[in-house]
Amino acid sequence: MKKININFELNNEGWNLDVEPSDTLLEAVRDKMGVKSPKIACDRGDCGACTVLLDNKAVRSCLILAAEIDGHKITTVEGLCPQEPTPLQKHFARNNAFQCGFCAPGMILAAHELLQNNQKPSREEVQEAISGNLCRCTGYEKIIECMVNPDLKSGEDK
Amino acid sequence: MSEMKYVGKSVERVDSLEKVTGAAKYVDDIDFGPSLLHAEIVESPHAHAIIKSIDISAAEKYPGVVKVVTGKDYPVKFGMYMKDRYIFAIDRVRFIGEQVAAVVARCPKIARRAAALVKVEYEVLKPVLEPLDAIKPDAVILHPELKNYPHVPWFYPKESTNIAHLRKTRKGDVEKGFAEADAVIEDTYQVPRYAHCCLEPHIAVGQQDHSGRLTVWSSSQSPCTQKNLFAQSLESFGLSHKDIRVITPYIGGGFGGKAGVCMEILAAVLALSVKGRPVKVRWRRDQEFYNTYLRQGVVGKIKMGAKKDGTITALKYELYFDGGPYVEYGANVVNAAGLSACGPYKVDNLNIDSYCLYTNCPSGGPYRGFGYSEFTFGLESHIDRMAEKLGIDPVQFRLKNAIKEGDALGYGAPMNACDLHKCINLVAEEVKWGKDETSPDPNKVIGKGVACFWKGPAMPPNASSSAYLKFNEDGSINLLISAMEMGQGVLTAMAQIAGEVLGVPPSKIRVETPDTDRNPYEWQSVASHITWGCGNAVQKAAIDAREKIFDIIERTLYLERAGLYLEDEAVKCRTKPDWSLPLRDFVINGIMVKDGTFKGGPIMGVGMFMPEFCSTLCDPETSQGGKPNVHYTVGAAAVILEIDKDTGKMDVQKVALAADIGKAINPDMVEGQIVGGMLQGLATALYEDIAIDENGRLLNPNFTDYKIPTARDIPGKVVSFIVETPQADGPFGARGIGEHTMIASAPIIGNAIYNALGIRMTSMPMTAERVALSKHLGLEKRVEALYAKRTESYCKRGSKS
Repeated sequence: MKKININFELNNEGWNLDVEPSDTLLEAVRDKMGVKSPKIACDRGDCGACTVLLDNKAVRSCLILAAEIDGHKITTVEGLCPQEPTPLQKHFARNNAFQCGFCAPGMILAAHELLQNNQKPSREEVQEAISGNLCRCTGYEKIIECMVNPDLKSGEDK
Repeated sequence: MSEMKYVGKSVERVDSLEKVTGAAKYVDDIDFGPSLLHAEIVESPHAHAIIKSIDISAAEKYPGVVKVVTGKDYPVKFGMYMKDRYIFAIDRVRFIGEQVAAVVARCPKIARRAAALVKVEYEVLKPVLEPLDAIKPDAVILHPELKNYPHVPWFYPKESTNIAHLRKTRKGDVEKGFAEADAVIEDTYQVPRYAHCCLEPHIAVGQQDHSGRLTVWSSSQSPCTQKNLFAQSLESFGLSHKDIRVITPYIGGGFGGKAGVCMEILAAVLALSVKGRPVKVRWRRDQEFYNTYLRQGVVGKIKMGAKKDGTITALKYELYFDGGPYVEYGANVVNAAGLSACGPYKVDNLNIDSYCLYTNCPSGGPYRGFGYSEFTFGLESHIDRMAEKLGIDPVQFRLKNAIKEGDALGYGAPMNACDLHKCINLVAEEVKWGKDETSPDPNKVIGKGVACFWKGPAMPPNASSSAYLKFNEDGSINLLISAMEMGQGVLTAMAQIAGEVLGVPPSKIRVETPDTDRNPYEWQSVASHITWGCGNAVQKAAIDAREKIFDIIERTLYLERAGLYLEDEAVKCRTKPDWSLPLRDFVINGIMVKDGTFKGGPIMGVGMFMPEFCSTLCDPETSQGGKPNVHYTVGAAAVILEIDKDTGKMDVQKVALAADIGKAINPDMVEGQIVGGMLQGLATALYEDIAIDENGRLLNPNFTDYKIPTARDIPGKVVSFIVETPQADGPFGARGIGEHTMIASAPIIGNAIYNALGIRMTSMPMTAERVALSKHLGLEKRVEALYAKRTESYCKRGSKS
């Protein structure tokens, strides 16, 4: 099958890549670009573990074809913290807002998207924003807590 | 003991930065290079059939295919507690989705296309889909060879039946107990099958290098057990334990589903078939549902007798578990229930029969709660009914019968230290038990429910743990264990335990996930025994290192050993308050003495732990005589539930859980277990449900049709109470908590529905639809009957789609 050539940005770095027409963005990011934080968990858009930011909007990379990202900007959780973790990531770390960690990259991107547009979200807004990202371990409470109260425990660091 | 510095403190997890930055590596994130091969499994389309022939010729010729493997290449059985399954089905298949062959190719898409070319001819047999059908005298026998299967000595399979194991517990005289009772109630409760739904599906990569060395990278809770079971199965292929290495990086959830060995053995044998090259077997989400383990469905028949004052005089509990086609692990779940199904109560006259039955549904196996969630729904629902019948408050009824330290357990051994009474009182107070609540919405009613729970680790009597730690030049530590980090926080808890003994902050202790070549033995990270068992080993390793440190100080600086202690990364002396020696000054390079020579050397510590007081030897007819469980963690939960009378929709406004865990090593992480486990349990109570059609096909193997909770489905508030009655043989007094947090979820909901609406649910899940039907149409009995005939109702659902 004829490959498709695409130009795009991944984590602020320009890429030019040949992809199969059937390659998903998730497959391309993991297998062709070696960025492993988006996870393969359901492969049908149910769980959000493969979330990436497409032009700063959280999307499921398993539902997008790699060919569609020509000319766009992709960000994974690695791209959020090229030098050091963002305050949001630090809050997640301090608040035990993860357990096994498998959903964490996607969850953090969904949270990041919300906080970019709404710096003081209500509990309901947080629940809505992350409701497409499944977590089987935490019961969500600590994730919600650290987004509603992003200053919680911040005195310990700095 | 003076004030503790790290144990009992909510220190930040040692894996936090890795996990929030995407740096944490899971098996599928490891790069195996361009030689990596991919396997696709050829699966049985029948729940029960004889394999007549397998034709792999077309698949073998498909471009890009490297190898096609079938059962005849590896005709060996494997299994955790009973060797009842082949690596690939050989003579017959016993569930839809069972592996019949594997196609190994250079790309997963090619493997999948070629797998469709494997032709298998079957002679279809009648499937057995319900445990109560499996036990009928004329039932089709799934395992005619059952009597020949090797198994652990505490299993009692019944030859020429579908009974893979029957655990009987007998204490006192139940007939006498029923005769003494003022009230006797009997009923049957049904609990369906559930799926773990780890976000990371099972995955394993195997590679046998050209020297014969086999390495398997797997997403597993059980690296050492996997190595052992691989070695047992592959002995005839010239492999021994030293030739096999299992590496388990971070795993994306376990919940019991990644205990023991299931699909990982495929990666091991496929690696042998394509020597030199790594081969990946990665389950898709649907395979994760039907070809790993499910929580076993159970039908439980309870008869309980009690006196007017609330004393339980007798309990008879028959449990019929749907073990699925292979019960190599699941039979031990049934065993655990059979020993402890009286719950955390003093019951003098007890009769439990716990049956593990073969069926052609997907395999049952370990799932957080390990049999206890399954029996607790019926038991705790029944207790509320008994309390009502006797006119006693359900909380008072439980307080009256709650087990205490020293009470004789069902199998005769004494109960460990615990304070169940305190747990019950804490949750009752938190939900304002006894105070009627009204909803501001006239269409809604509010009910309250309470339930107790307990659980002991179900382990072989010699399940052991070990630990090894070594200092670095700067006084930091590498701690090596084979306990698996699956989210519960074991790496952090172990760092806290070692840090407490050695006066080193957990942030300076690196604890990594297991590699069986490097890390010392751990049986498995299951049974909520790791904090206790591995914690004991780590504590001993740290003490061993501490004593070596004191040795050096004593023989170089002539300080009296009794006065020495470790604090703030230094050795200090009680009799010389101004003196201290930083660990970094000597833990690798020793201490220089007057003549310029050095004494000491690199400090290391080793520790091992085995529960040497445990025994499964007992009378098989009564279970009396042994001590199969090391201890129990007990607790109670209560809920405030608002129900919409029109729609049946339920809103968990508040849920409280109290557990006596001996000592919380890290209270924040304990709370994480409580909040997470409670939600997982509430989902089983309210909506999760595995649907299987009349052919044995699992109908909802995905998150669209098998709904797990999202962030919008959480309780209004979860209140955690940690009760600490120390476990004398636990590290700093600790007992386990991981599994216990979901056990009481279902009965508190069932009891709250009854409290609000007077409707008694005897099966799960207790969906809004069922509540609404029962309420509006008075269809309680008919709805229950419909759900009792699960297979039929699923047939209808199945034929629609």
